[in-house]
Amino acid sequence: MIQAHLPALQVVVPLFAAPLCLLLPWPRAAWLLATVVSWLAAGIALALLWTVRAEGPISYALGSWPPPIGIEYRVDLLNAFILVIVAGIGAVVMPFAKASVERELPPERIVLFYVMYLLCLTGLLGITITGDAFNLFVFLEISSLSSYVLISLGRDRRALTAAFRYLIMGTIGATFYVIGIGLLYMLTGTLNIADLAARLPPLLTLPAVQAALAFLLVGISLKLALFPLHLWLPNAYAYAPTVVTVFLAATATKVSVYVLIRILYTLFGGLDLPELPLRPALMGLGMLAMIAASLVAIFETNVKRMLAYSSLAQIGYMVLGLGLGTAAGLAAGIVHIFNHALTKATLFMAVGCASQRQVIGLRDLAGLGRRMPLVAAAILVGALSLVGVPVTVGFVTKWALIQAALAVDLWPVALVVLASGLLALIYGWRLVEAAYFQPLPDEPAAVAPPLAMQAPLLLLTVACLLFGLAAGWTLGLAEDAAAALVGPAP
Amino acid sequence: MSVLGLFNYWIVIVLMMLGFYVVIAQGNLVKKIFGLNIFQVSVFLLYISMAKVDGGTAPILAPHISLYSNPLPHVLILTAIVVGVATMALGLALVVRIKRAYGTIEEDEIAAIEGELP
Repeated sequence: MIQAHLPALQVVVPLFAAPLCLLLPWPRAAWLLATVVSWLAAGIALALLWTVRAEGPISYALGSWPPPIGIEYRVDLLNAFILVIVAGIGAVVMPFAKASVERELPPERIVLFYVMYLLCLTGLLGITITGDAFNLFVFLEISSLSSYVLISLGRDRRALTAAFRYLIMGTIGATFYVIGIGLLYMLTGTLNIADLAARLPPLLTLPAVQAALAFLLVGISLKLALFPLHLWLPNAYAYAPTVVTVFLAATATKVSVYVLIRILYTLFGGLDLPELPLRPALMGLGMLAMIAASLVAIFETNVKRMLAYSSLAQIGYMVLGLGLGTAAGLAAGIVHIFNHALTKATLFMAVGCASQRQVIGLRDLAGLGRRMPLVAAAILVGALSLVGVPVTVGFVTKWALIQAALAVDLWPVALVVLASGLLALIYGWRLVEAAYFQPLPDEPAAVAPPLAMQAPLLLLTVACLLFGLAAGWTLGLAEDAAAALVGPAP
Repeated sequence: MSVLGLFNYWIVIVLMMLGFYVVIAQGNLVKKIFGLNIFQVSVFLLYISMAKVDGGTAPILAPHISLYSNPLPHVLILTAIVVGVATMALGLALVVRIKRAYGTIEEDEIAAIEGELP
């Protein structure tokens, strides 16, 4: 029966579609294949979430080799939720991609773009679904190598240096991860995450285990662009083609946050480890990212770079949430993965619609409210969501995060969250001001985006508001996922 | 175990630091890629070293072999070597494109050119 094999199909379908796509001679056929595969993947992810919600975690033995010897795909509430986010963003981005790619890429590279996109999707879904620590590294490299290529497709030559810098830092991060896994394998003799989690507790005081954790944390922090290790991200997002930025901003760093949660909460069983002050370290770095990256965003004039720095600040919220170490904090972090994926995808998509230029300054948004009302409205909703205004998804996270901080009497943390929201108000306002209150420029206006680009944008904008109003479903899901990792909230 | 008994691991650490230093300190993009490769290779050695069993032979299924090295890290590293080769190929390909776009592969000269762009 096919339903039993859904975990494997989730990864195998896009994996096999990628080389198939390369054989297709026409860009239109490649786009059709990539779109159908993205929708299939989203459907499979929803089906998996449905099954996990009804029947509990799924363990799938790949090739029928039983774990821990064979590779296990393990789906619980947390990664089913992440799968839905990744595949869902892919499914929304693909209809947008066709027109956007035709505007930005030379015709001979369009097919290759879809091949790389499918490989990247494979890697991200694989990282999320696998229950094997080394298999995770392989998928991490599949997604990373394809995203280096995707970024280098940008028209500006700075895309090349951005991709190169990402390649260097990404490879160092992935190699650190392998060193960490190697040390754990030396001590336990297993690579299955569930099996490792069972064997690690008596070994936690060993220096080698602590060194392994340090390597894993630094490696993954490089991949998720945690504040002092973020240098690859702003240019990579700013100079990549619009579709690539939308897709990577909404999924790649989020999947890394998921890996961080997996390492800390599943592998090491929580933040209360002997001799390691994980809570203050994670919370401190998270808050540093929230304030410092927001300050940089305020002074940035390149709109895509501004949004990239804002992403760094938002990653800070996620790390702060999971650094609180309580079920409520973790739930806030998890729900922010979803909320921020929606917000940033909306904003980057809107900016890509607003102008065809590779380098988009605030001036290019001038008079947008009259030229392209829908795009301007999407920027307004996205900016409000970054600030955390009620009715948007951003508010849901802020509310959950402040509640979680106050529940453990950390009111300074709650104040930092509010301060970061105020900083977001400043740069968000600059976007909205340019779109609505600046006069139309004299130069010929950018061509209005076709319906195929506006429809996904509208969908995401509505989703930003819808999940902001009806937050119960996502928040409930995140709370259940967090409770499964930490134990139920008191 | 004596200091000399950990010979392999000393080599791993020396190579790892050498590679890492080259990545950080060198301004030439090709040298950076090679430093990165040395860094990755040191990790391959780490895995191969841990697989060694004293007195064990190669892991071959044969009637007279009973003591053999752990084959799993070997297999893992085969995968990692493929990843390393792919990374290096992609990195060098990017360097070629950067050379065509900027006319140089020195980091400081590229930074100077980028500094003048809008």
